[in-house]
Amino acid sequence: MSERETPTKERLPPESRALDIPTGRSRRPRGRPLLYTAYNQDMALLDTRAKKVWTAVLVLAAFGLSVVLADRSLEVLAGAYVLAIGAIGLNIVTGYAGQVSLGHAFFVAIGAYTGAALSAPPGGRTIGLGLAEIWIWLPVAGLAAALAGVLVAPLATRLRGLYLAVVTLGLVFLGEHVFKEWDALTGGPGVGRSAAVPQLFGVRLDQDGPLGTREQLLYLLMLTALVLFALAARNLARSRIGRAFMAIRDRDIAAEVMGVPLTRYKVLAFGISSFYAGCAGALLYSITGFVEPGSFSLLLSVQFIAMVLIGGVATVSGAIAGALFISLLQPLTRSLPALVPFVSGDTTVTPNVFQVETVLYGLLIILFLVFEPRGLFGIWIRVRAYWKAWPFSY
Amino acid sequence: MKGVLESVIRGLGNGSVYALLALGFVIIYKATRVISFAQPSLMLAGAVAVSYLAEVTGFYSAVLLAALLIAGVALAIERIAIRPMVGRPVFVVAIITLGIDVVVRVVVNAFIGRDVRQMGDPWGFTQVSLGPLVVQTRWLAMLAVTAVLVGLLFAFFRFTRYGLAMRAAAFDQETALAQGVSVGMVFALSWGFAGFLAAIAGMFVGTGQGVEQLTWIIALKALPAIIVGGLDSLGGAVVGGLAIGVVESLFQSYQGELAPWLGQNFAVVTPYVVMLVVLLVRPYGLFGTREVERV
Repeated sequence: MSERETPTKERLPPESRALDIPTGRSRRPRGRPLLYTAYNQDMALLDTRAKKVWTAVLVLAAFGLSVVLADRSLEVLAGAYVLAIGAIGLNIVTGYAGQVSLGHAFFVAIGAYTGAALSAPPGGRTIGLGLAEIWIWLPVAGLAAALAGVLVAPLATRLRGLYLAVVTLGLVFLGEHVFKEWDALTGGPGVGRSAAVPQLFGVRLDQDGPLGTREQLLYLLMLTALVLFALAARNLARSRIGRAFMAIRDRDIAAEVMGVPLTRYKVLAFGISSFYAGCAGALLYSITGFVEPGSFSLLLSVQFIAMVLIGGVATVSGAIAGALFISLLQPLTRSLPALVPFVSGDTTVTPNVFQVETVLYGLLIILFLVFEPRGLFGIWIRVRAYWKAWPFSY
Repeated sequence: MKGVLESVIRGLGNGSVYALLALGFVIIYKATRVISFAQPSLMLAGAVAVSYLAEVTGFYSAVLLAALLIAGVALAIERIAIRPMVGRPVFVVAIITLGIDVVVRVVVNAFIGRDVRQMGDPWGFTQVSLGPLVVQTRWLAMLAVTAVLVGLLFAFFRFTRYGLAMRAAAFDQETALAQGVSVGMVFALSWGFAGFLAAIAGMFVGTGQGVEQLTWIIALKALPAIIVGGLDSLGGAVVGGLAIGVVESLFQSYQGELAPWLGQNFAVVTPYVVMLVVLLVRPYGLFGTREVERV
């Protein structure tokens, strides 16, 4: 492994030594951002300087927003960041590994309930173990969901394409049934239970404290989690595992011929994706502090698919963009009645905001798939390409 | 024993509705290689159309008109949203149908409103006795109508020019095209048939209990049916639908006594359990064609 990834000068042919072509992690030629002179430059986590700089600026700006924005907006954004973690997870199995999953809501639910059960105070109406520290329940919630994913995977490895989509759809319905019936864990339909308690080293992050307001703390927590999960996903995508996923997606038989064990990598894809879903589920409901078993329906799965498709398939930044887009759609449509007179905020009147919102999900999925299959990421690539060649862009 | 038989007949009745829906799925799948997730919304639209038209024209003509109307809607959907996507990956088209489903359902829900709409059907919850058995008339109506429709459909595929064209296109699209079959027409016909069948199924789902916003979930039970039968087998769709219906009905009657630990309403999810069990044994369903892998 290490031999291949860090070529040293001695191992290169004599010509290149003579020409003094930069090797290894050495500096790139100035002004030539796309000229790769070594394999590990091509495979870098952020491969150009512009990417490194702008990612850093974006992340810092996102952290800065916690001081600037109002609490209400921070809460919406915190939710969007958590959904982005889930969308990245779905993107790993559907975007990178090409295994269509409509069952993401099921894994999100498992994570949400594992987190809730671990962190709730013991002796309440629903199961609670009193382990409120986030670094305990977050990994466990992820692992529980990952375990479920690995258990489902043997079915998935036998099936392809739409068979798999329908089976994962069935999973959502089975899960919904179990969660509605298991009152001790979930509190039952319509009643619900308290969600995971975000507590970090004794500090409750869902209460106003000396460090900031409740929304600010939650925002910072979710943003940190998103940055970590996004970096991990991007790192995974460039690794041997990520390349194996993409090989399976592009042509599974060819991948197998090249020596990619299909079963192992499909199981791995489901496991990792479910881990992300589980963590997202546990975090998501700690914002509102409340979980209801009816929320893990097919609609949630469709929303995650919409995020991945609208954002951009098989890109981490696209999944984040899609999640932000879909989550910000809701507050936007809620403000419609003020702008468009015939749309009502009342659920009993026919063109109401909820209907507009649902129709928009559907229409956006269709429009993006028909006109811009690469999603928001594709639009960004086009804009970038235009300005790169400006003023000679055709 | 009497109870079991009555339960089986109820299952066959409901199962024949699943079979109609499953046939729609399979016809579209065979023509375009896509599972149309828009079927639930078309079923709901059919039921709602019947409930409105029945007040004007009477029940039976309302059913025919509604079925033709929904077939027209399905044709329009195919022409606008599906035809431009020919040649794109099936996953993409399937997700588009999912989007269509969401959109159509919101529109139809606006027509349903908050309450339950009645079909105006002549059956209601009336019962008849078949020898020692007492069963609801609507189960028998469902079975009979489905039997007739399935017979007509199979005859259509077997004996008519268009049926032959559809079989040819399903077998090999390019070769069919080269022989002068209009594949576009085959796509359109398949969606039209699926819409027609979905509307009839929707009408039957609405008999007795009426139609409400959540009724669409019933249509998703046709998905396990087609997986059990095999995605590309018309006969499999019928067998799968009936089997799912009977298993569900038996669980509905007896699971409460025999296996209460499974929880209330377990019958609702039995179709998915049956699907998982069948898939563990036969990954391509009971009658599906095994995909042959060539490098």
